[in-house]
Amino acid sequence: MNRPTHNDTQWRDIQRNASFQELVQKRSRFAMTLAIIMLSLYMAFILLIAFAPGVLGTPLASGMTTTWGILIGLGLIVVAIALTGLYVRRANGEFDRLNARVLEEIER
Amino acid sequence: MNIVLAKLALVAAGSLLTGATAVADALTGPVTQQSLNVPAIIMFMIFVGITLYITWWASKKSQSASDYYAAGGNITGFQNGLAISGDFMSAASFLGISALVFTSGYDGLIYSMGFLVGWPMIMFLIAERLRNLGRYTFADVASFRLSKRPVRILSAFGSLAVVALYLIAQMVGAGKLIQLLFGLNYHIAVVVVGVLMVCYVLFGGMLATTWVQMIKAAILLFGASFMALMVLMHVDFSIEGLFNQAVAVHSSGASIMSPGGLVKDPISAISLGLALMFGTAGLPHILMRFFTVSNAKEARKSVFVATGFIGYFYILTFIIGFGAIILVSTNPAFQDSTGAIIGGTNMVAVHLANAVGGSIFLGFISAVAFATILAVVAGLALAGASAISHDLYAGVIMKDNADEKKEVRISKISVLVLGIVAIVLGIAFESQNVAFMVGLAFSIAASCNFPVLLLSMYWRQLTTRGAVIGGGMGLATAIVLMILGPTIWVQVLGNDSPIYPYDYPALFSMAVAFIGIWLFSVTDKSASAARERELFDAQFVRSQTGIGASGSVAH
Repeated sequence: MNRPTHNDTQWRDIQRNASFQELVQKRSRFAMTLAIIMLSLYMAFILLIAFAPGVLGTPLASGMTTTWGILIGLGLIVVAIALTGLYVRRANGEFDRLNARVLEEIER
Repeated sequence: MNIVLAKLALVAAGSLLTGATAVADALTGPVTQQSLNVPAIIMFMIFVGITLYITWWASKKSQSASDYYAAGGNITGFQNGLAISGDFMSAASFLGISALVFTSGYDGLIYSMGFLVGWPMIMFLIAERLRNLGRYTFADVASFRLSKRPVRILSAFGSLAVVALYLIAQMVGAGKLIQLLFGLNYHIAVVVVGVLMVCYVLFGGMLATTWVQMIKAAILLFGASFMALMVLMHVDFSIEGLFNQAVAVHSSGASIMSPGGLVKDPISAISLGLALMFGTAGLPHILMRFFTVSNAKEARKSVFVATGFIGYFYILTFIIGFGAIILVSTNPAFQDSTGAIIGGTNMVAVHLANAVGGSIFLGFISAVAFATILAVVAGLALAGASAISHDLYAGVIMKDNADEKKEVRISKISVLVLGIVAIVLGIAFESQNVAFMVGLAFSIAASCNFPVLLLSMYWRQLTTRGAVIGGGMGLATAIVLMILGPTIWVQVLGNDSPIYPYDYPALFSMAVAFIGIWLFSVTDKSASAARERELFDAQFVRSQTGIGASGSVAH
């Protein structure tokens, strides 16, 4: 199968391109931040289950059946969808424009 | 089609709120076949008719390897997102998780949470790089700068292990379902699923598989939405009222509102969480779907659409499970003489359909559940066959010089073989819990496929030796711990106590994989290792910009 990129020198040009470096830095930082947020929230949830299941079993208010666990669980689902949407919004807008600029600069 | 069915179901809901005709024979026990359910069979036949027509249409368009493996790269982001959710929302999700909620309440949510959070991780870490680097299978990406043959062999084994376990779960689900709903015997049901699965993939390739998955996702989401709506209507749209009533009738009482029996100890909880979260990012049939869109932008869109639909679906299953506690566990029509649920607890969602929508809606949901299984097994069969034809045959045996037509032919033969194997295994594993099987598949995906794939894209120091030995260690550890654990060692093999005390191996097997990959990569001083590290930059540029990525045209 084909080895990396169709042109052996082009990737070096891209690598040195300032816009490319900006793209990589911004996008990686954004993706990592969101990944860490998601991972921490989920791990916190799992650790709660593992070490303090009683917390999740606490009713929202005394006399209520609905527990904090329900709210946190459903909230986590909503957060997962929201973070994903946030990423797509920026990646398909700002980052893709930057990507297009990189390719344009390289073509020149 | 779903519009016609929707009307049917709504009419049914209006007129037939009770009625347990389909489960009339309540005295003869859970494995008894039920009387024929004509609406279910008609609706299922409509689904099969439409999907076979699509398969015929796809077979005329499907010529090249790119058409066969990746639908020519012409699927849009939204379509792919819908298809991904159709591929992912398995019978185990629908029947297994609603059953888990039904028996242990909150624990069902823990499962669904794990299944869902894998998706943001795929988005942030994997999706666009995967699309930019790969062609047909995730092994294309994992072996991008590494030595092709060993990495492809490992990836193919990882894929096949996941596919086999997942297939078993789907087959068992199909068999049980048909037994209860269509009045057919378990073995016939398994054979029907196997045959249809082979038809879709063999003749229609990825294009037909995609459409089957999209149609299934649409009707499943509709059916589940309707059930959840009816449950909420029953409790006057009060969530608190829903939980209140459930706690009042459930044998475990208020403990269903907090984490309970599913996760016995911290190690199991963390292990399960890791397996679910990172397993998704290592499922071959899911990863394969990213090559059906034209570029990284569409790939991202598809993840967002899929995450939205899947998250929404899990909220529905949670409501459905609690609805079943209220409406199914209290209704003797759904129980046998001993008080057990007819067909087992995996059937509660189906009984609930009957309770809220009558026999026509029951028919609709049965047809949907069956269609669900077909869509998932079609995706699995295609992924398994691609691992054999694209990775093992074309990549390993022919060293990437395979004739395209011959490669596709090998893939089609593999689909046939997989169909037969799936039928045999489906029959062999008749009495296993389907949700556990899927958990085990996720453990393997998280411990072999995921670490190799992730590090190949992110870590310059990765070498072939590290990937193969480390990934192999992860795979072996997951399988061995699985065999020595409570599920297989005790429940299947009948030993007294497990050698490995936890249900899920992922915590240890993932650690073994990552440490193994690290150790055998950094100590690799060979010339080929140096070359592989050198190729990282070029790979990185392509993974970021998409330059040189395979587009909608085969090349």
